[in-house]
Amino acid sequence: MARVEVQNVQRAFGDHKAVDDVSITFEDGGFYALLGPSGSGKTTLLRMIAGFEFPDSGSIRIDGAAVETVPANKRRIGMVFQNYALFPHMSVAANVAFGLEVSGQKGKDVRRAVSEVLDLVQLGDFGKRRPHQLSGGQRQRVALARAIVTKPRVLLLDEPLSALDKALRTTMQGELKRIQREVGVTTIFVTHDQDEALSIADQIGILKDGRIVQSGAPEEIYDRPNSEFAATFLGDANILDGTVVEGRLRLDNGAVVALPLDSTQTSGRMRCAIRPERVRLAVRNAGGRAEPGATVVWGTVRRRLFSGSFSRYAVDCGGSELQAIAQRGATRDLAIGTEVELSWDRRDLIALS
Amino acid sequence: MAVTGMTRTNGLKKALPLLLPAYGWLTLAIFLPLSAMVYFSLLTTMSSTTPSLTLANYAAFFSDPLYAVLLLRSVKLALLVMMICVVIGFPAAYVLAKIFKGRAREAIFLIVILPFWSNSLVRVFSWSMVLREGGILDVVLNAILPFKVSVDLMYSYPAVVIGLVHSYLPYMVLTCYLSLQAIDDALIDAARSLGASRTTILRRVIAPLALPGVLAGSALIFIPVIGSFMEPRILGGRGGTLYGTVIEDQFTAVYNWPLGAALSFILLAVVLAILLAAAPVLRKAA
Ligand SMILES: Nc1ncnc2c1ncn2[C@@H]1O[C@H](COP(=O)(O)OP(=O)(O)OP(=O)(O)O)[C@@H](O)[C@H]1O
Ligand SMILES: [Mg+2]
Repeated sequence: MARVEVQNVQRAFGDHKAVDDVSITFEDGGFYALLGPSGSGKTTLLRMIAGFEFPDSGSIRIDGAAVETVPANKRRIGMVFQNYALFPHMSVAANVAFGLEVSGQKGKDVRRAVSEVLDLVQLGDFGKRRPHQLSGGQRQRVALARAIVTKPRVLLLDEPLSALDKALRTTMQGELKRIQREVGVTTIFVTHDQDEALSIADQIGILKDGRIVQSGAPEEIYDRPNSEFAATFLGDANILDGTVVEGRLRLDNGAVVALPLDSTQTSGRMRCAIRPERVRLAVRNAGGRAEPGATVVWGTVRRRLFSGSFSRYAVDCGGSELQAIAQRGATRDLAIGTEVELSWDRRDLIALS
Repeated sequence: MAVTGMTRTNGLKKALPLLLPAYGWLTLAIFLPLSAMVYFSLLTTMSSTTPSLTLANYAAFFSDPLYAVLLLRSVKLALLVMMICVVIGFPAAYVLAKIFKGRAREAIFLIVILPFWSNSLVRVFSWSMVLREGGILDVVLNAILPFKVSVDLMYSYPAVVIGLVHSYLPYMVLTCYLSLQAIDDALIDAARSLGASRTTILRRVIAPLALPGVLAGSALIFIPVIGSFMEPRILGGRGGTLYGTVIEDQFTAVYNWPLGAALSFILLAVVLAILLAAAPVLRKAA
């Protein structure tokens, strides 16, 4: 169990900076997700922590000790690979035992540890099988068992669930979370699936073009994204552009709305975001009045996307389109062409830099 | 991948037209000449117009211990050449498959398979220029070393070994390369992250996974080297008398085709026996 500090780490391939001045700290026992689009440097960062790749500059410390020059096999870091990378010529038990045997453990100790960890990943009866006789989810568990049986200081997972189908993925997310809590190892999980990151991790770091755009707790990043990229990459967001005039925000479509609560800006251009589920929809002139402090924008329903328990509306507001999500229990379904008023609490409006 | 019986038979039916030319060619090029050789090996003589059938040619092998001695010598030579090819070829293939990338890999690959492109006779004769006294090796060594050495490897057993290794090394490099290439780099990374040193990875991950390639290469080398005659004759001189050269003599010098054919079949039997004996090991590796 350990704390990992990445400081000003850079790594370039040719003149392309795969990881560009990244600083992030992974606290002891935390479950971190690194999230970012393809090519954003997630794997490269992970491989540098693992020791397969070395930074051009910057430092990586594990429990305070610099490890940049320590080879991968001396770092005591467990890794789960996207394609599992199980040794095809060894049985499941032999795969799991490999790391223990390499570190010099023998016989009974190895067998006990192997059967314990196989029980932990619920594969107690599969020790004798070969990897090719397992399903994708089972291979995934073996890979995890093999990585944690050596009691690594840090567990790294590079898109470990991306090869699984949706249902299995959800199950495995729960499993992973349970096992991580049980073992308590500092875990860094790379994914480009935002839902996965949100549901599984205690902390999320968002990468873009080799840089950390934002990091923090899932709720924090979701509710307070600091950039348009963070707002739209993690979840959906309506982006509103406008000008600050007399303490209010005049949107480019003409509507005037209240400034975000935490905004201190007094003039000039401003870009804000509002989550679709924070936008309330009502039929215009339905009689109900907007709450005081709420902002109202008028528009016309253009499209409706039905998703079972909720509907997603695209509303045309004077040329710009806003998305709104309505729970179907709370609101009547609105027909296309309905004149609506959109409102939101100004606390939910997010100022973007 | 599970293949159901259904698709397998279907596949066979579809593949038949594709396989026919190959089988036709094999019949023509191997089965017919081989049948002719069986017939020859049972003849008393080639010259007589009414030859009679006999087993005397096979008996000759057992009546003169020289044949067995030479055969044993050829087997030892083949084992030696094979092992040298493993020792040189495997690391070369490893570097090629796992360390070099892109352009460098292509360039070195070319160098490795270049011997395939040159006429084997030219190759062997060029070795004679290198190995003889006053040859290239002699001159170069004397230019580098401060003391005088006289290098004359020509017409010796080592010369035969060198020539054969040079001729057959590409097979080993290619088969090893193919099996090493197929090993996912992530396996090596996984082993490293589990704490394995480079030698442990080589021993426990790479070697077992590359074994089929090593064995295939070994078989590809062992079989022709046992019967080789050109390199031994040109580079070996008197030291190059081997089972293969004796067979060749029967066909080209003595014109005793029946004996040559019989000796060939005995060689074939021995090779098959050796492969059969090695089969359990081979099956386990595959
Ligand atoms: N060995 C390499 N040689 C050259 N360029 C590389 C190498 N590894 C990565 N890159 C480049 O570095 C950048 C970051 O790659 P990386 O694999 O870290 O992305 P990623 O975030 O893991 O993407 P993905 O989600 O697709 O896996 C990419 O532009 C990639 O092309
Ligand atoms: Mg990646």
